[in-house]
Amino acid sequence: MTTIYKNRLNTLAAHSGLILYTCIVLFPVFVVVINSFKTRKAIFRDPLALPNSESFSLIGYETVLKQGDFFLYFQNSMIVTVVSLFFILIFGAMAAFALAEYRFKGNFLTGLYLALGIMIPIRLGTVAILELMVQTGLVNTLWALILVYTAQGLPLAVFILSEFMKQVSQDLKDAGRVDGLSEYRIFYRLVLPLMRPAMATVAVFNMIPIWNDLWFPLILAPAEEVKTLTLGSQVFIGQFVTDWNAVLSALSLAILPALGLYVIFSRQLIRGITSGAVK
Amino acid sequence: MPKFKKQSKTRWHIGVFLAPAIFIYTAVMIYPLFNTLRLALFTKVDQTRLYVGLENFQTLFGDPIWSDQFWNALGNNLWFFMIHMLVQNPIGIALAAILSHPTLRFSSFYRTAIFIPTMLSFVIVGFAWKLILSPIWGIAPGLLDFVGLKSLYAPWLGKEAYALTTLSLISVWQFVGIPMMLIYAALLSIPDEILEAAEVDGITGFSAFWKIKLPLILPSIGIISILTFVANFNAFDLIYAAQGALAGPNFSTDILGTFMYRTFFGFQLQLGDPHMGSAIASAMFAIILIGVCFYLFGVQSRMRRYQF
Repeated sequence: MTTIYKNRLNTLAAHSGLILYTCIVLFPVFVVVINSFKTRKAIFRDPLALPNSESFSLIGYETVLKQGDFFLYFQNSMIVTVVSLFFILIFGAMAAFALAEYRFKGNFLTGLYLALGIMIPIRLGTVAILELMVQTGLVNTLWALILVYTAQGLPLAVFILSEFMKQVSQDLKDAGRVDGLSEYRIFYRLVLPLMRPAMATVAVFNMIPIWNDLWFPLILAPAEEVKTLTLGSQVFIGQFVTDWNAVLSALSLAILPALGLYVIFSRQLIRGITSGAVK
Repeated sequence: MPKFKKQSKTRWHIGVFLAPAIFIYTAVMIYPLFNTLRLALFTKVDQTRLYVGLENFQTLFGDPIWSDQFWNALGNNLWFFMIHMLVQNPIGIALAAILSHPTLRFSSFYRTAIFIPTMLSFVIVGFAWKLILSPIWGIAPGLLDFVGLKSLYAPWLGKEAYALTTLSLISVWQFVGIPMMLIYAALLSIPDEILEAAEVDGITGFSAFWKIKLPLILPSIGIISILTFVANFNAFDLIYAAQGALAGPNFSTDILGTFMYRTFFGFQLQLGDPHMGSAIASAMFAIILIGVCFYLFGVQSRMRRYQF
């Protein structure tokens, strides 16, 4: 009797703790999104009320869409994120395959060299990166960001993917060799398709920091036509600081893509973390 | 056997597989990192670059104008890190411990929800909290009034004494999901036999957590500590988004990242100086390196890892 009673109490305590924390987590997002649909008066009069027929207004969104070039920013963020992920995955998988598959002189050292970047943040090299980008004429282009994010993402990608590559059956690859497949074909036709789940994990890990980064867009690509969504919303909000409707709408518009990506990829992300891909 | 035959001739494909990754990584990451360390030894006089040895560091640590700012930023950064270690990681561990309970319902819903802020950019998080804590809007005072604690309210982000702690807690709010997930994974990997054996000996509930689970997840706690350390000593975005490059009020929220940004790019009256910026980056590099080495050689190598 007592243990059942105690268990119930524990379960209740666990749920109330979790619900409380979930509320703390969701509250700011909720407040911002509901208020973005209200008139200015209603925002201040009763910030916690849901918008109703009287207080509903899209004025903030109108300002945002008229004044800010959010579609362009969104497109820039999309290009940077997708192209960087593509390079991280393809180059990372190639390097991981070389390190996991072949025994050659310097294999260990090459792995160690690439692993250095996992712990050392690339931001510390910003001064010289800017100089490099100025010299090569890449400042204020999306390529500057793509190169930086690719370099930043490669170390962890190589590390995770080579762990997975080691598990691919040797017989499969040897069978391919007996059939006369070149090493490139073995990589592309046999190994790469087996890496899909691991590559999805790597992609999801890299996607969030690239999409949300403010530092490198601010320094390497601040020009209007190459602004990313994160930088664009930062500048926009800074300019419209007193226009609460516009600020709240801009925040909501910036939250939506992140939430959308999360809803699509959360299973992959959580499975990736909990399967011990990062250890 | 085919592997042995290939051993004799040059295996170009290894180079082809490695080249793109090594090239981009070296050119865009490693070379600039070392070049930044090198640039810290120069200064600019009349548009020409002049080698000055350690003079920049002498200015940084010797000149009171610079050294006060540096120690202020470092001190703030340490406080920022302490709050993460004392609040973020314990909350993360507690949430993970609750979530890992095998019979808990809706646990994947909770996990998904608690991880949402981690997905949001610093800009969103910084501004959203700025609005919520703002005395003009009145959500925070209103909520405190609701629980009868209105007297506790202050414009936290605007007061020198509270601003840094408030921002640290906002950052904690954003990133609790990461330690939670890593610890959750570690807790799940503890085999049932161990817990059952403990149960037979009468160790359950809280004491099972303290005596059995916690020692087993210590390596994961070590990993989240070093991840927190590197992320915190490299932080910039949240402070910049919420308080601007001047890290107000009166530099009370200035951390090494914002200090380096201001020095590198200049602000208001001060001109940007890439060489002093490099010197600060080098100091940050040293701090992070010390932290990582301490972890690798002092903590990780002494930790016992259990193989299940």
